[in-house]
Amino acid sequence: MEIKKTAMAGTLESSDLQIMLSQGTKGIEFDLTSDVAKQFGDDIKATIKAVLDAFGIDNVLVKVVDKGALTPVIKARAITAAQRALDIADQPQWEVL
Amino acid sequence: MAADERLRRTMMFVPGNNPGLIKDAGIFGVDSIMFDLEDAVNMNEKDSARFLVYEALQTFDYGDAELVVRINGLDTPFYENDIKAMVKAGIDVIRLPKTENADMIHELENLVEAAEKEFGREVGSTHLMAAIESAMGVVNAYEIASASDRMIGIALSAEDYTTDMKTHRYPDGQELLYARNAILHAARAAGIAAFDTVFTDLDDMEGFERETKFIHQLGYDGKSLINPRQIATVNKVYAPTQKEILNAQNVIAAIEEAKRKGSGVIAMNGQMVDRPVVLRAERVMKLAKANNLVDAEGNYVEK
Amino acid sequence: MKNNVNREIPDQILKDHNYEGFKTVDFGNPEIQRVAPKVTAQVGPSKVVESIKKVVSETVKDGMTISFHHHFREGDFVFNMVMREIIDAGYKDLTLAPSSLTNVMNDIVVEAIQKGTVTNITSSGMRGSLGDAVSHGALKNPVIFRSHGGRARAIEEGAVKIDVAFLGVPNADEMGNANGMNGDAAFGSLGYALIDAQFANKVVLVTDSLMPYPNTPASIKQTQVDYVVKVDKVGDPDKIGSGATRFTKDPKELQIAEMVNDVITHSPYFKDGFSFQTGSGGAALAVTRFLRNSMIENQIKASFALGGITKPTVDLLNEGLVGRIMDVQDFDKGAASSMKNDANQQEIDASWYADPANKGAMVDKLDVSILSALEIDTKFNVNVMSGSDGVIRGAIGGHQDAATSKLTIISAPLVRGRIATIVPDVTTVITPGDSIDVLVTEVGIAINPKRQDLVDTLSKVPGLPIFTIEELQQKAEKLVGKAQPLQFTDRVVALAEYRDGTLIDVIKEVKD
Repeated sequence: MEIKKTAMAGTLESSDLQIMLSQGTKGIEFDLTSDVAKQFGDDIKATIKAVLDAFGIDNVLVKVVDKGALTPVIKARAITAAQRALDIADQPQWEVL
Repeated sequence: MAADERLRRTMMFVPGNNPGLIKDAGIFGVDSIMFDLEDAVNMNEKDSARFLVYEALQTFDYGDAELVVRINGLDTPFYENDIKAMVKAGIDVIRLPKTENADMIHELENLVEAAEKEFGREVGSTHLMAAIESAMGVVNAYEIASASDRMIGIALSAEDYTTDMKTHRYPDGQELLYARNAILHAARAAGIAAFDTVFTDLDDMEGFERETKFIHQLGYDGKSLINPRQIATVNKVYAPTQKEILNAQNVIAAIEEAKRKGSGVIAMNGQMVDRPVVLRAERVMKLAKANNLVDAEGNYVEK
Repeated sequence: MKNNVNREIPDQILKDHNYEGFKTVDFGNPEIQRVAPKVTAQVGPSKVVESIKKVVSETVKDGMTISFHHHFREGDFVFNMVMREIIDAGYKDLTLAPSSLTNVMNDIVVEAIQKGTVTNITSSGMRGSLGDAVSHGALKNPVIFRSHGGRARAIEEGAVKIDVAFLGVPNADEMGNANGMNGDAAFGSLGYALIDAQFANKVVLVTDSLMPYPNTPASIKQTQVDYVVKVDKVGDPDKIGSGATRFTKDPKELQIAEMVNDVITHSPYFKDGFSFQTGSGGAALAVTRFLRNSMIENQIKASFALGGITKPTVDLLNEGLVGRIMDVQDFDKGAASSMKNDANQQEIDASWYADPANKGAMVDKLDVSILSALEIDTKFNVNVMSGSDGVIRGAIGGHQDAATSKLTIISAPLVRGRIATIVPDVTTVITPGDSIDVLVTEVGIAINPKRQDLVDTLSKVPGLPIFTIEELQQKAEKLVGKAQPLQFTDRVVALAEYRDGTLIDVIKEVKD
């Protein structure tokens, strides 16, 4: 599934993560910036990908600036961004939670 | 009523869209944690906060704290989704802001019940509380407090209330006297907890202590807090004295003595001990334990 | 070989650098032959030289060991002035042996490495661009990290032979009598520099304030000094120490500090005449305040406070709650400026402070120390040197030394951001777990199982949450997840000595 619009969620505060989803062409592509990329880069991407999969989004550019966010924060920000990108922020897909 | 005898001295506000604060909310030994989806969250971040609190509740360890969420009001477009998300998350208590009458609680209860059924949660397991923030709310305090078996407490929210009363907050709190008493009476009559409003000046610890002593004297269960630094002061005010603890220990010893003898009458120093005394003694011991004033066996610890 | 903290130390390193692996925290009572410096006799009338350039050309030769102190911290001008002249003069193969390296020194050291001016470094630590460069293999030979006590020992026994010491001072007279207490750039105790003044073959004082002869009190004496150079400014007073030390408002730090205080006050060491060392971090300062209240409540006074000193500790001295401050460095202006007014704030050198190869150091009499950690592992081993990415960004400081106290408390949050502080194995062992007694985090404490006496005592404290360190490690891991292991090459870029001069660990080049 393609997204309907470019959407962003999260902040650049410490312990948070900012994620931006925009129109992609070659599957799910990541652009990740994180101080803990060495230790947790793959984990961050896997967490976000699982959320995108659950929403059926498979063609998207994912720009992530991580500030040391823990997994539930990453997941929450990804869900918010996905709902916004699919223009369903007011009708959340409860089964995805 | 859903009221139990748990301690509710401290209910700490945690902004619903702040990962750092949400992550650490459980480490301070607060009695209740109140995640705020309402005033602490920007209009266009309501969805963010909702999912963040949802995911936090799935993952983080908040120990024995009672978990409360302040949802957005009935008159907002976020109200229903907040309820669904928080019921699904398994929150202990939903707090409704700006409650004016029992019907608002009934409406909330219906939506909560529907969500419980939708997400397979036991019907009735989500408790409710109401924040009273207006003259109408104060006048209707008892009908609000007794509107549902799910109700565990009502709270005074003084900022909106004083505006509604065409005044503002003063250091001596005279402007809140009626509301504080009315809400407390309503809560006690309904058999639920009463929470006092926040004290916002973090630099005025003396004023905070004075206000806490006052609401403790009135009989409030506890206070709403905006910062972990306020916790210790409240706990200290609510801590029983050595005399109270020793007396409570005697009462409890008398109860055990009566039990051993198989006697229905509890006597201490030749006098009959009636039920209110027993209840007070139990509460004193609970507070003593929470303040680390007694050891595991219940013996008083000299500081 | 594997040393006694289970670290693999390459045999080639032991052989090439003439080291033994770490065995024990117990130094024993060996007999040690110390060295003495060469002295070039002179009678004056003045040792003042007109420029750093001139004094460098008269003293420095290729292959020499030069030293500096770090008492000016981030406000240091002297290090850069001297190194500029040395690099520009084209010297090669120098060994840099400062007491430590602060961020303001990083860029010029990196330049000196790139140009071949500096090929060896020994220091308490390093950070920023320099730590990054060294961790990526910029330096030919491994850096040697030593504690403050270990550095004093190495200098005294001749493992480090300083040819020229360039010592910045806020005041001096024409013959080289100087102290750290007076002048625009005053920093208080000269503790670390006193060793260099005593053992270097040539001692050069750099000052911006020439005083009438004789300048007293003299911490560094004219008997030790070869040259005095006058410059415009030796340092930036605003960056030498933090200004007014602000009490932390971070609730997590306060929570940790309060629990540290609980551990101290319920320990058998909290009695009249006890001694303690805190650090300079936010939580350490908060501990000092909590401790103050507990001392007043229980009518207990301390005999001395040791180490790096802050204003809150000086306040305890002024209130009569602490008998003496034994002061090796001052972290803020309040502490730096009070030394000259109070004879009970005694300046001590690094050897007196912390050297194990001594007839007795202050740390040997220390009851309680509160130390920090970048990482601590389930064996209680502590890392204060390499960051979560494996890059050097820390300093041993007095960590290994103060950890020999009777009650050593590590205060650290369970996690920082997404990085666990409590780990199965630290990246680099700096202080061995054998010398650590209690770990305090915001969720509770862990007691070294070797201290059953403390387990028994502290278990009786109501409301003090006690866990095993494994439980705390698992709590941390549950929060942040399991980190991918760091990637290193086989090349050793730094050696970490224990305070006795054995190797406790090696640091390898990071792979990016």
